[in-house]
Amino acid sequence: MSRETMEYDVVIIGGGPSGLSTAIKLKQLNSNLNICLLEKASEIGAHILSGNVFETRALDELLPNWKELNSPIKTKVSKEKFLFLGKTKSLSWPTWLLPSVQQNHKNYIISLANLCRWLAEQAEGLGVEIFPGFPASEILYNDDGSVKGVATQDMGIDKEGNKKDSFEPGIELLGKVTVFAEGCRGHLGKQLIKKFELDKGKDPQQYGIGFKEIWEIGEKTHDEGLVMHTAGWPLDNNTYGGSFIYHAENKQVFLGYVIGLDYKNPHLSPFDEFQRFKTHPAIKKIIEGGKRISYGARALIEGGYQSLPKMFMPGALLVGCDAGTLNMPKIKGSHTAMKSGIIAAETIDEHLKSQKSLSIYEEKFKNSWLNEELYKARNVKPSFSWGLILGIIFTGIDQILFRGKLPFTLKHKHADHETLKLANEMPKIDYPKPDNVITFDKTSSVYLTGTNHSDNQPVHLQLKDPNLPISYTLDKFDEPAQRYCPAGVYEVQKENDVNKFVINSQNCIHCKTCDIKEPSQNINWVTPEGGGGPKYGNM
Amino acid sequence: MKILVAVKRVIDYNVQIRVKEDGSGVITDNVKMSTNPPDDNAIEEAVKIKEAGKASEVIAVTVGEEKAQETVRKALAVGADRGILVKVDGVIEPLAVSKILQKIVDKEKPDLVFMGKQAIDDDCNQTGQMLAALLNWPQATFASKIEVKEKSLEVTREIDEGLETIEVKMPSIVTCDLRLNEPRYASLPNIMKAKKKPIEQINATDLGVDTKPRIEQIKVEEPPKRKAGIKVASVEELVQKLKNEAKVI
Repeated sequence: MSRETMEYDVVIIGGGPSGLSTAIKLKQLNSNLNICLLEKASEIGAHILSGNVFETRALDELLPNWKELNSPIKTKVSKEKFLFLGKTKSLSWPTWLLPSVQQNHKNYIISLANLCRWLAEQAEGLGVEIFPGFPASEILYNDDGSVKGVATQDMGIDKEGNKKDSFEPGIELLGKVTVFAEGCRGHLGKQLIKKFELDKGKDPQQYGIGFKEIWEIGEKTHDEGLVMHTAGWPLDNNTYGGSFIYHAENKQVFLGYVIGLDYKNPHLSPFDEFQRFKTHPAIKKIIEGGKRISYGARALIEGGYQSLPKMFMPGALLVGCDAGTLNMPKIKGSHTAMKSGIIAAETIDEHLKSQKSLSIYEEKFKNSWLNEELYKARNVKPSFSWGLILGIIFTGIDQILFRGKLPFTLKHKHADHETLKLANEMPKIDYPKPDNVITFDKTSSVYLTGTNHSDNQPVHLQLKDPNLPISYTLDKFDEPAQRYCPAGVYEVQKENDVNKFVINSQNCIHCKTCDIKEPSQNINWVTPEGGGGPKYGNM
Repeated sequence: MKILVAVKRVIDYNVQIRVKEDGSGVITDNVKMSTNPPDDNAIEEAVKIKEAGKASEVIAVTVGEEKAQETVRKALAVGADRGILVKVDGVIEPLAVSKILQKIVDKEKPDLVFMGKQAIDDDCNQTGQMLAALLNWPQATFASKIEVKEKSLEVTREIDEGLETIEVKMPSIVTCDLRLNEPRYASLPNIMKAKKKPIEQINATDLGVDTKPRIEQIKVEEPPKRKAGIKVASVEELVQKLKNEAKVI
């Protein structure tokens, strides 16, 4: 069956900070351009999750008058703390001894989801056509191999793959240039990186999983504008991670935890580490008596400069974390994602006006502050592969003494799916049961995300080999999907004494961790029917 | 034949509702809004009747703030021909909505008015019935099947005892159940086309309807938390607990 076709100058996949910045900048450069932007969530912002302490540098360039446009950027960072946590004690690290990239006094505490909603309003005001609820599920190519555009997902397919009465075929959206802005581990970006060998000669990409909860707390413990980070407990010296606690407006606290997906112990459960972290006396006292109102999780990029793939190919560009522009030591990716979108827009404008090759993207990128920032940050994350303590000492030397200018670059040696050790060689971890006051289970957490996928549709978490989870992964790694998934999608159930691998795909909160961490790369995350997934409010 | 379909913008059914701290209502800021689900069924049915050649025009109408326009756009994207937004700010109760719809019916002269059986936000289940009374038209509520005849409708209703089939003369009001049909998806090209379809904007005050609330809302609060369950070791213990603690047997 042939699909309907719609033609645009530029097609953008993904309504996060990078995609929206690309769209806005393009319209500013040439208001005649026809631009459409697809978003898989039911509305812009509903799949966005981030800390977020926001550096305005890229926004100052994109919309210099943002303060007059009723933007949701209100809470200026007023105080900073950094704590090393032991099991019950905590040690406060003086902020003047923090590398300058970790100082936030000019930044703002924001909800990135709300920033994206606002950016979408600006984009629509400029004439960008935004279509939420339409995932791009397939890349379309010209005969010469260049990217022609994307096709949206067919709607109304049942579990077995048959058309339902409500079947609605996907649409082909063709662009002179297609911009992929899906965020970390985009499922189309992943295919493009492979097909065009964009990661050739680069280190393997590194990822983390980030959790976030929003708490409403009492006036006594709330300190609007306070930004706090921690390292140490409950993670051991060999596991990379840390927390953030941001005191936002309306007596809310954004509380989160990030764990590097290069962890080695298959018994580790990132979700339970996060829950346990909240029981530390220094943390518990902040949220005690408060109420948890939101929960979510999302994978993020940690590879930085060494892992950044080539970002252009015939007919298309990668922007933001679909490539991997997050600055890890800064713990920020929004301003870098936006800047990459701005540079992409300048590239496309020149490409369309004067037929310049899309490869000028690389040169523009190299000459920007974005490249300089990522270059200076490059050695921090790999140094933590020596453990927390050596990592901190090295980072002090690299960031404070040499300001990121050491004359060598440390490598990321392994992809995250290669780092797990065998289950019988690693200690089991005994996590405390949730108390339903400070700590919670996955079920009640997923409930807060508003996640839903219509029942009768094909499972969007595809197994390349359906037998592998039980025949191999369970035996060798105690099937870690049961633990690394932050939404309880994967379960091993015993049925008449036979183990069965169950995928509760309707609970999937689109974090992509399974696609990254599965030791045999056996799980392929594809787009479900449009509008499915979480419905995050102000995450 | 003209069909007028009333639609309402409500908090999306997947969103976890949060009550405001002061108990004055629920939080709607930055919350995903959608069309009230049974209103989607009402639109779908009207469009189906039109596609079967039995109606000439489907008009979608909503009452609410400026943003409620999205709900009308959605109806246009799945096949309604044109839309009407009656603008009211603040709280609006079913009686006021019925009175506004009565004015719209006087103006548009439809043969049928469809709407969802109730809205999932306030669960009032009153607007259709009140409108029928104001217009003195027959009503068929909780419809799970509609058959259009020469000058009447044969409607199957979902009632507590099972299904009830009635015949109502036109013009009439039908409120729709979720079982009536499966609403279609709005396709991208149809969403594009819907952007060009007309939406007439009317101020409720210009219709001469008094929209002042008649109900005083005292307090909104969350339902009490359910206690955690317990596991019992034996049937005897279960029976004993049901008798002595739960006092249900």
